[in-house]
Amino acid sequence: MTNSVFEPSIKSRPVYGTLAARPGKAHLMIADAEGAEAILDMAQTAPEGLFTKTQIMFIPKATGDTYVRQLQALKPAQFYVGPSYNASVSRLQRVLKDAHMGLQIYLAGTEGLIGQAMFEAVSAGIPHTALQTEHRGSTARRMQCVHCKGITEDVTTDPFQCAHCGLHLFVRDHYSRRIAAFQGVRIDAEDPGNVPIPVERFK
Amino acid sequence: MTIQFKDETFRDDYTFKNSEWAVNRFPFPFHEDSYMYSVNMEPHQSFRPGSVFEHRFDVDEHYLSEMRDRAQVLAEDPLRCQSLPHMTLAGWDLLELIMVSKSEDYPDLFQLNRDDNNWHWINKPMGIDQKFTFLDEATLPYGPMEYITRQTQGDFAVLDQRDDNLWMDAGMITTQADWSLDFDIGMNFFEWHAPVPKAHELGIFVRALKFLLNVQQGLPARRLNWTMTVNPLLDTSPENYSKWGVQKQELTLENMPDKMHLRVELQTFFRLPRSNALVFPIRCYLIKLGEVVTVPKWGRRLHRVLRDLPEELATYKGFIGNRPKIIEWLSRYDDGAPTSPGIWPD
Repeated sequence: MTNSVFEPSIKSRPVYGTLAARPGKAHLMIADAEGAEAILDMAQTAPEGLFTKTQIMFIPKATGDTYVRQLQALKPAQFYVGPSYNASVSRLQRVLKDAHMGLQIYLAGTEGLIGQAMFEAVSAGIPHTALQTEHRGSTARRMQCVHCKGITEDVTTDPFQCAHCGLHLFVRDHYSRRIAAFQGVRIDAEDPGNVPIPVERFK
Repeated sequence: MTIQFKDETFRDDYTFKNSEWAVNRFPFPFHEDSYMYSVNMEPHQSFRPGSVFEHRFDVDEHYLSEMRDRAQVLAEDPLRCQSLPHMTLAGWDLLELIMVSKSEDYPDLFQLNRDDNNWHWINKPMGIDQKFTFLDEATLPYGPMEYITRQTQGDFAVLDQRDDNLWMDAGMITTQADWSLDFDIGMNFFEWHAPVPKAHELGIFVRALKFLLNVQQGLPARRLNWTMTVNPLLDTSPENYSKWGVQKQELTLENMPDKMHLRVELQTFFRLPRSNALVFPIRCYLIKLGEVVTVPKWGRRLHRVLRDLPEELATYKGFIGNRPKIIEWLSRYDDGAPTSPGIWPD
């Protein structure tokens, strides 16, 4: 599977690239689901010995064991497999706290994973020049309800129902890096009860 | 003149209205009979005594009621006022700019006495008498930005300048035309303007940013922006869209003169001295259509502008559904006569 192609969009929508091995004293690779493929692809052209200085944090989500053994075969210095992004955050914060100048960060997978991990990295003072991203897998969106502020993960339809307040929200392209989420706004605010049938827009 | 402060509401029973004085000084935003985006910047110099352009921070008859509305919004949703940790110094810069400007421009209403860092601020209309130490947050009841903007009409976006861009890193936003500070905080100039249609393609934001990055201390700039609002709501936030969006349906030809409002933003831009941040006050002025048409030139012109506005803009500004009704009502005040150039009444 090649990396995802997105329609041209508004300027707050993030743009993703293709991971490439860079010189560095240490490397941190964080991926979820099909994001593992981005790491595996990069590994094919990576200089020898890169993974002896690498920590991989991987959240398989629905891919189960598909990629775990292949990632392990890269022989990273440290390898973590976590059940969810949320479960991995305290570990990630600790890893970033210990980071030295020269750390290279690679983020791959869904927008929710990339956005949230990037927020942690930037908050820890990692310069954006040391960060690379590559989108792979599901285009489901992490959404913030502008009304109640609750986050709904892995949204695939538009409109969708807020997991917190229950309002029916339409999916905007407006994206906040700080929240690592797109904005959801009540779709029937001007005509309560008139909610269109949800359409699957993101897979 | 002495300002007669009104006791009025911008919610529930909506008792807001403009006096004849306020109508005649209203910043009507159209200098000709049509409208398209432009980088319509000009120096924010004192202009036309009595107009909203006379002073750096205009104070008018709605002052006390607007400040009461702001306090209500903040009590319901404290996230309308936020400041990222590196923006505190810019907050002090802003407090100084407003206190100095208001005490010089309205000495009968505001007084500032400074002895080194020992400051004494008196805001007579709001009954505030505050002694504090400049640059010492512990001596004020709120952070410096929040403290002074709870006493100053208009929203305030405080923009950090770095990497040849402007970053929305602090703000007091309670009277906004449908955008969320809580969502947009931390964004750069292009990101927070991302939802605006057409203007990116026209190169508006690239030129505007270039201009703003070069605003110098002591040489502020200004422009006008506008939209339409049903009911005199200062708080048309996305957070509360659920509450105000539905009110758009209540509009009829009969209630049009009282219910439909032209909403104008006087946007100004000041360089701040210590932080090198840029403060972007967005002052909202509301006027009922019934008040607009008391100035015949404005009635004719507003009809023509709204009638000919591209659909995309009417959609973005949120009045596409009500546009036919608005145009029908306004057409009664357009006899087809030519209008004079410029924004002022004849």
